[in-house]
Amino acid sequence: MSFVEYGDTIKDGDTAIVFLGHESMFPVKVQHGTITQTKYGVIRHSTDLIGKKYGSKVTCSKGGWVFILHPTPELWTMNLPHRTQILYSTDISMITMMLELKPGSIVCESGTGSGSLSHALIRTVAPTGHLYTVEFHQQRAEKAREEFREHGVEHLVTVTNQDVCKNGFGVSNIADAVFLDIPSPWEAIGHAKSALKAEGGRICSFSPCIEQVQRTCLAMEEYGFTEINTLEILLRVYNIRTISLQIPDLGKAAEGNSSMGFDSSNPSSQGSPCANLQQGTVQFKSGVPLREMVGHTGYLTFATKS
Amino acid sequence: MEGGRGPGPRIREGDCAVLKRGDVFKAVPVLRRRKIIFEKQWFYLDNAIGHIYGTTFEVTSGGNLQPKQEVEETTKETKEAGTDNRNIVDDGKSQKLTHDDIKALKDKGIKGQEIVQQLIENSTTFRDKTEFAQDKYIKKKKKKYEAVITIVKPSTRILSTMYYAREPGKINHLRYDTLAQMLTLGNIRAGNKMIVMETCAGLVLGAVMERMGGYGSIIQMYPGGGPVRAATSCFGFPKLFFDNLHEFPLSKVDSLLSGTFSTESLPSEPEEESNGLTEEKQTSPQEAEEESPTEAAMEINQTEEQETMDINAEDVEFKENKEKENVREKQRKQWERRKKLIETAALLREKNADGLIVASKFHPAPLLLPLLEFVAPSRPFVVYCQYKEPLLECYTKLRERGGVINLKLSETWLRNYQVLPDRSHPKLTMSGGGGYLLSGITVVLDKGKSDPSNLEALQMEEPSSKRCKVQDVHC
Repeated sequence: MSFVEYGDTIKDGDTAIVFLGHESMFPVKVQHGTITQTKYGVIRHSTDLIGKKYGSKVTCSKGGWVFILHPTPELWTMNLPHRTQILYSTDISMITMMLELKPGSIVCESGTGSGSLSHALIRTVAPTGHLYTVEFHQQRAEKAREEFREHGVEHLVTVTNQDVCKNGFGVSNIADAVFLDIPSPWEAIGHAKSALKAEGGRICSFSPCIEQVQRTCLAMEEYGFTEINTLEILLRVYNIRTISLQIPDLGKAAEGNSSMGFDSSNPSSQGSPCANLQQGTVQFKSGVPLREMVGHTGYLTFATKS
Repeated sequence: MEGGRGPGPRIREGDCAVLKRGDVFKAVPVLRRRKIIFEKQWFYLDNAIGHIYGTTFEVTSGGNLQPKQEVEETTKETKEAGTDNRNIVDDGKSQKLTHDDIKALKDKGIKGQEIVQQLIENSTTFRDKTEFAQDKYIKKKKKKYEAVITIVKPSTRILSTMYYAREPGKINHLRYDTLAQMLTLGNIRAGNKMIVMETCAGLVLGAVMERMGGYGSIIQMYPGGGPVRAATSCFGFPKLFFDNLHEFPLSKVDSLLSGTFSTESLPSEPEEESNGLTEEKQTSPQEAEEESPTEAAMEINQTEEQETMDINAEDVEFKENKEKENVREKQRKQWERRKKLIETAALLREKNADGLIVASKFHPAPLLLPLLEFVAPSRPFVVYCQYKEPLLECYTKLRERGGVINLKLSETWLRNYQVLPDRSHPKLTMSGGGGYLLSGITVVLDKGKSDPSNLEALQMEEPSSKRCKVQDVHC
């Protein structure tokens, strides 16, 4: 396994995702002789995991079972240990596309934070690209290095422990794209410009507050960036439910009317006319929005250096 | 594609480039002496050849392009502005230049910038407008009179934005942020073996190809006579990207799964014809433009051929030879196609694809279920549909089938912002809909005791769906 290449079977040292059920999962480091506790019982790595196919159902000691999944940046994002606020896949997907990243791209990022975006960037630029990521918090920088090593992607990333606003990215004229997720991105725009290739490239800054965006846009304009564009992307998730609505009794003569008078032509309700007659209900499938959704993560400001 | 070395990619003859004016894009082939019409202007791209991508050009009279010089903003001497509009009356006479005056200026070939300046000078109300209103006025006039276009290199970002704005019908209204989600949810990257089923003019295929960078392989499943790749060709991918791009007809999927697949029954002749037809029908205007040079070339060939025929009119043998050659050529092509089909079938039969992407005009459920058979366990799949309801059905069918987890039905909303000092707000209009996605991860399918295990899975994942399943069984 590696975060940049699929493997068929689970091996010693792999990071695997234990899938317990609906949105409930966690990562494990596979090691001979180790056990992992789940609510369905114990998983013994040597016998239950190593050598098994990714995607297999693994029966735990109490008879319950889980699925073991191959890691991907998206699964990692959902399961990684938070050291900071992280970027989620919805924003990440937009960042990746609007920065025009692909295999071979050279990207600069700051800060590294918990490495949620970093893993996705590395995935996309592999096998010939590179990520230069800058984190001013020493412990976080160390931890990120360690994770990249564990995940088999250390050759694709350089972690630098310095202040991007003061010292920049530690590289110049080599990047195709720059990403900033720091409190004062406007202070790093100059460094971002010099990190980008002479021929140009793309930049993105992520900020939760509009005032930050304001200052960043001004700085971008000042440094000659063009195509400055701010956007926001929101994810709406739908639960799929079968819903029954009762038919009101308007006092009409009973027989057949509930089905005749109200034509429940919905194909999903065709399978259950019985319910219709007995209780006077109509059934249908619906995608119901979650009761609560993420309303705001941050504004994404993109621009081009040309 | 191999950008990075040298001083940056330059515009070359034969490239596929994208014209940009403001937020409007158009993909065009770079050809000499070819008139291009874009945003009510016509010009030739000849002068653009040799310049770096990203250069902004001005259109001059005669349709020539001239790289735009960075003009120093004429420092607005003595900035005069009003504070509000209480005294500004719309009498329709604030502009002292008449339509004819403006037209005369234009006909004289005066630079757009100067026309804008004249308009400002001849506007009686300009000085009374607020600073912001002045700004807005200038921007509006600049947009109209300053004819500048930028030539940019195609990318998924640009082409998907372009298609969504220009021809959303051709890509089933797949908005670019939705496409971005698909690429991420599908874990598209170098080295994958992907299955792509799309009727989005080849845009989704192109996006997947860009993310794979020529590493790994793609099997495109196509309906009808052949895959449509009008948008794919706009990307200008290097040849090697096509080396591991395979295609397989949807109409053969059933036989492949049931083990009765053979290439013998392949209706190759009519297929070729229909291939041409579908492509013609579905090509976008820019693609049509691109194709015409080949048509022209073909015409030339034909006339040449005719001439030689005339000369050798008596030489019947020659003619016969030629015919034989044609037949042989056809057979060779057929044989090659058959060989490729067998290869692709073998790739699919391995049933170890690293992912599945579906974005088509067809009902997704009957596509998804059989195509998932070709995907390895623990791999992501993403299905796009313009409408939510068919994906609800997909969800139910997948639950019945089993072998998938983490199913998620989602949609993204995209909001653009105007960011200007003291004038920041969301843009007035936003797109109403960009389609829906159903995504999930494959797992090893329990065979034999499939039904009870399914119920178990249902129990585990969502108690509510178990109930509906039970009801379905009853009726």
